[in-house]
Amino acid sequence: MASGPYEAVVGLEVHTHLMTRSKLFCGCSTSFGAAANNNVCPVCMAMPGVLPVLNRRAVELAIRMGLAAHCEIAPRSIFARKSYFYPDLPKGYQISQYELPICKGGYIEIPAEGNGEPRRIRLVRIHLEEDAGKNIHEADYSLVDFNRSCVPLIEIVSEPDLRGPEEAGGYLRELRAILRYVDASDGRMEEGSFRCDVNVSVKKRGVAELGVRTEIKNLNSFRFVEKAIEYEVNRQIELIDSGGRIAQETLLWDTDRQVTRPMRSKEFANDYRYFPEPDLPPLMVSREMVEQVASSMPELPAARRARYAAEFSLSPYDANVLTAEREVADYFEAMIPGLANRKAAANWVMTEVLRVVNETGKSIAEAVPKPDQAGALLKMVEQKKISLNAAKTAFAAMCKSGQSAEATVAALGLAQVSDDAAIAAACDKVLAAETAKVAEYRGGRDKLFGFFVGMVMKEMGGRGNPKMVNEVLKRKLAG
Amino acid sequence: MTSNLNKLTISEAHKRLRAKEFSSVELTRACLDRITAVEPKLHAFITVCESEALAQAEAADKRLATADAPPLCGIPLGIKDIYATRGVRTTCGSKILENFVPPFDATIIERLRAEGAVFVGKTNMDEFAMGSSTENSAFGPTRNPHDLARVAGGSSGGSAAAVAADECLASLGTDTGGSIREPASFCGVIGIKPTYSRVSRYGVVAYASSLDQVGPFAKSVRDAAIMLRSIAGVDRRDSTCSARPVPDYERALSGDVAGIRLGVPKEYFVEGMEPEVERAVRSALKSYQALGAKTVDISLPHTSYAIAAYYLIATAEASANLARYDGMRYGLRVEADNHVELYNQTRARGFGVEVKRRIMLGTFALSAGYYDAYYLKAQKVRTLIRRDFERAFEQCDLIVTPTAPTTAFKIGEKTSDPLQMYLSDIFTISVNLAGLPGMVIPCACDSRNLPIGLQIIGAPFGEEAIFRTADAYERSGAFKRREPVI
Repeated sequence: MASGPYEAVVGLEVHTHLMTRSKLFCGCSTSFGAAANNNVCPVCMAMPGVLPVLNRRAVELAIRMGLAAHCEIAPRSIFARKSYFYPDLPKGYQISQYELPICKGGYIEIPAEGNGEPRRIRLVRIHLEEDAGKNIHEADYSLVDFNRSCVPLIEIVSEPDLRGPEEAGGYLRELRAILRYVDASDGRMEEGSFRCDVNVSVKKRGVAELGVRTEIKNLNSFRFVEKAIEYEVNRQIELIDSGGRIAQETLLWDTDRQVTRPMRSKEFANDYRYFPEPDLPPLMVSREMVEQVASSMPELPAARRARYAAEFSLSPYDANVLTAEREVADYFEAMIPGLANRKAAANWVMTEVLRVVNETGKSIAEAVPKPDQAGALLKMVEQKKISLNAAKTAFAAMCKSGQSAEATVAALGLAQVSDDAAIAAACDKVLAAETAKVAEYRGGRDKLFGFFVGMVMKEMGGRGNPKMVNEVLKRKLAG
Repeated sequence: MTSNLNKLTISEAHKRLRAKEFSSVELTRACLDRITAVEPKLHAFITVCESEALAQAEAADKRLATADAPPLCGIPLGIKDIYATRGVRTTCGSKILENFVPPFDATIIERLRAEGAVFVGKTNMDEFAMGSSTENSAFGPTRNPHDLARVAGGSSGGSAAAVAADECLASLGTDTGGSIREPASFCGVIGIKPTYSRVSRYGVVAYASSLDQVGPFAKSVRDAAIMLRSIAGVDRRDSTCSARPVPDYERALSGDVAGIRLGVPKEYFVEGMEPEVERAVRSALKSYQALGAKTVDISLPHTSYAIAAYYLIATAEASANLARYDGMRYGLRVEADNHVELYNQTRARGFGVEVKRRIMLGTFALSAGYYDAYYLKAQKVRTLIRRDFERAFEQCDLIVTPTAPTTAFKIGEKTSDPLQMYLSDIFTISVNLAGLPGMVIPCACDSRNLPIGLQIIGAPFGEEAIFRTADAYERSGAFKRREPVI
C-alpha cells in the first residue's frame, strides 16, 4: 500500500450526531426508532413562518469535543444557510456553519502501533449543523421521514495529514473514543450516526507538492472508509504509473463492486449559495462558558493511556486496549483498588471481561459482574485463597448468577486449602496408596514428582494450595 | 345607539364595552355588516372569519362581564394573511398556499387571542409581501377606500384599507421595506413599523428575515400604542426578538413636544416627488414648530443606495425563505414524474411573476462568483446607512420625512414597470435597513382628496418619542382623518 515511490495524502470530514435529547432548533425528541414522522413539529417540518432556536446542550457538546481535540473555541461563530433542493430537506436549506465555525484548529493524537511515538492529525475545524430527513424509496413512489430532520450534527474536518487506510482507521477509532468519552456522541454507526467524506491524493515521497485530489462521498462505516481509501490510492498510483492524469472529481464507493465510481454530475452539481442565517444571532461563547465546560471534562483517552503506562507500568498495547472504550477503562480502574498486581488485573479485563462483552454483545455493565466483585476475585487469587483457574470458573458463574465473588467461591467450593494438616493427610494417603511409584521416585525417577502433585490435587478436589502441596510432598518423599 | 360602532377607535370601544353600552358581539356584527357592504368593491380581505369572529366575541363578552378585561378584549381586528392562524387558512396572498391551514398560531396571534381580541378576517396583501400596491396578490388587488380606481398601497394594503373603511377597528400588517407605512399613507390611517426585534416574528411568513417587522394599523395614535404594547416583547421562539421590557406606550402620550428636535433630511426631498406631498410635509413641520418643536436640517448621505442594497439583501433572503414551498409537505403540489419536475411545475404554477422575479434576483445575488459583488457589498452599504442614522441622531431626536413620493396611484399604473414600483418605497426602505422604528400619520390630503402621510423615524427602541410626537400632532387638530368615499 502506497509503497515504493508514492505516498498517500488523506483528509477526512466526519459527520456524527450529537447526543442531545431534543433537536438542534426545536424541542422535538431525537430518539432513534420512533414511528415515521412522529418526532416532528412545525419547526422541523419548515412550516411557513417558523424560526429556529438553538439548543444550548448541542453547543456545550460541540465545545466539549472542541476542547478534547485541542481546538480554539470561537468566542463568536455564525450560522449560515446552505441552499439546495431535496425532498428530505424541508426548508430548502440546511442551517450549518460556514465562514466562522465554533471550533478552529486543534488535533487528534493517534496512539502508535507498537511502541512508537503517537501521530498528531491536525484538524481544520469542527462545526455545528442540522441533519436532514430520510427519503424512503418504494417501487413507484417515495416517502419522507422527517424524524431525523433538525437533529444536531457536528462535522469534524481534518487536514490531509493521514498517510493511508490504516492511519485513517486509527484516526476514526480515536475520534470515536473521544466522542464517547466526552458524551458528545454514542458512536453508534449503524444508526446513521456516522457519515464520512474522504479526500484522497497521492504524491511522490519527499515531494512537497500535493497531487490532484478526489473526494469520496457518504461513506457510512469505518471499514468502507478504509477500503475506499485503499482502492482509491491504488487506482491513482496505477493511473499515474500508466501515464494517466487524475481528474479532480467526486466519487462514490460502490459497496457491491468494491470500487470507487464518479458521481453523476446531477448528484453534486450544487452552488450552495451560503449566506449568514438571519434568523439566528451570532453564537457568542463566553470565556466563562468555556471554562465551565472545561471543568466538567473527563480524562481523555490519550491522557489515560499515558497515565496507565506511568502509574501502572502497563505496556502501550495494554493501555490502548484498556482505554479504547471509556466504560472498559472505568471498569479497570474501579477494579484495581486493593490489588497489588495491576498487570494481572489488566490481563483479566482484556481477556475475561472483554471476551464476555464480545460474546454476549451486551454493554459492560450488563454483561459482567460489578468491577468491585471482579476485584474481590483477583484479590483472593493474590491472597492465595483461590487459584487463577478457580477464579475464572467463579467469574463465569458470576456472569450468569449475579452473585458476589465470596458467595460464588463458597458455593462452588473453590476456596484453596492451605491447612498443613489437611495437605499432609492427603499426601500421606496418596503416598500410602502408591508405594511402588514412591520406590521408583526414591530410586531416582524425579519426573514422577508431577504425578504425585496431580494425585494430591485430585485428592483435594483441585483446591490444595499448590505451593504448599509441593513443599509437603518434597519433604515427605525425601523423608 | 349601536349604529356605526365599526367607526369607533379601540380606546372608545373599550370604554363603552366595559360600561356595557354594547356588546362585543354587536361591535363585531357591525364590522361584519360593514365588510359585507363594502368588500365587493374594496376587496380588503382574502378570508372573512364570520363564525369564528362571533364565537370570539361571545367569549369576550363573558370575560367583559366578569374579570378585568384587557384593552383589546372584544375588539374586532383585521389580520394580514401573512400570520399563521391555527385552523384558519393562511395564504400569504399566494396560490402556492391557497389552501394551507396552519396547525399553529403565530406568537402575536396567540397573545391577541389571550387578550380576547376578535379576528374578523385575514386581509389581502401582495404575494409574500412583495409589492407596494397589493396588486401582486394572487386573489386580486385591494382598492383604495378614498378612490376605488387607485391602489391601497402595499404590501399590507388590505390591512390599511380595512381600517380606513372601518371594516375593523385596527389591524396587523408587516413591514419589510415600507409595507405598513406606504399603505398607511395611501389610505390615511396610522401605521407603525417598530424597531427590528421589538415584536416576535414567529409564525409570520418570512419574506426577508433581517428586515421583516410586525406592526399595527389604527385610527388613532393611542390605538396604535395600545396595539403595539399588546404584541411587543420577548419570545423564546424567536431568537432575534429583543428581551428589552415593553414600556406602556400610552403613558408617553403627554402632548408635550416642546424642545424636541426634528431632523429634516435633505435627501428626502427629491426630484420626481409630487409638489403637494412636499408642501404637506413642510406644512406639518410648521405645525410642529408652532407646538414648540425645533427643526434641524440633517443629511443621510447614503440614502440613494438604499433601494439597490434593499433589493439585493431582501431578495437574497427571500430566495432561501421561499425554497420551502416545494410541494412536498403542504400547499400546492403539481404532480410530475420525478421530484425535480414536481418542484418545477409546482413553483412555476404556485408563484406569481413578482415573486419569481425576486427569487431569481436573490438566487443570482448569492451565486458563486457574485456573492462579494452583490450580497456582501449590499451588507456594507447597509452598515453605512445605519451609521448615517446614528450620526443624524446626534443632532436630532426624531427624523421627519414624507412617506412616499406620491399619493395613491392608479391600479395598473405601475405594474408593467417594476423599477417605478420599487421607487414607491424610496423613503421607507432605509428605515428597515437600519432596523429603526418608523410611524406614519395622515397629515394632509392632495387636491384629489387623497391622503398624504407624514413619516416619523426614531432611534432604536425610540417608539415612545414617536408616539408622543405623533399624538401631539393629532391633538393639535392640524389635520383630521378623512372619511373615505366608499
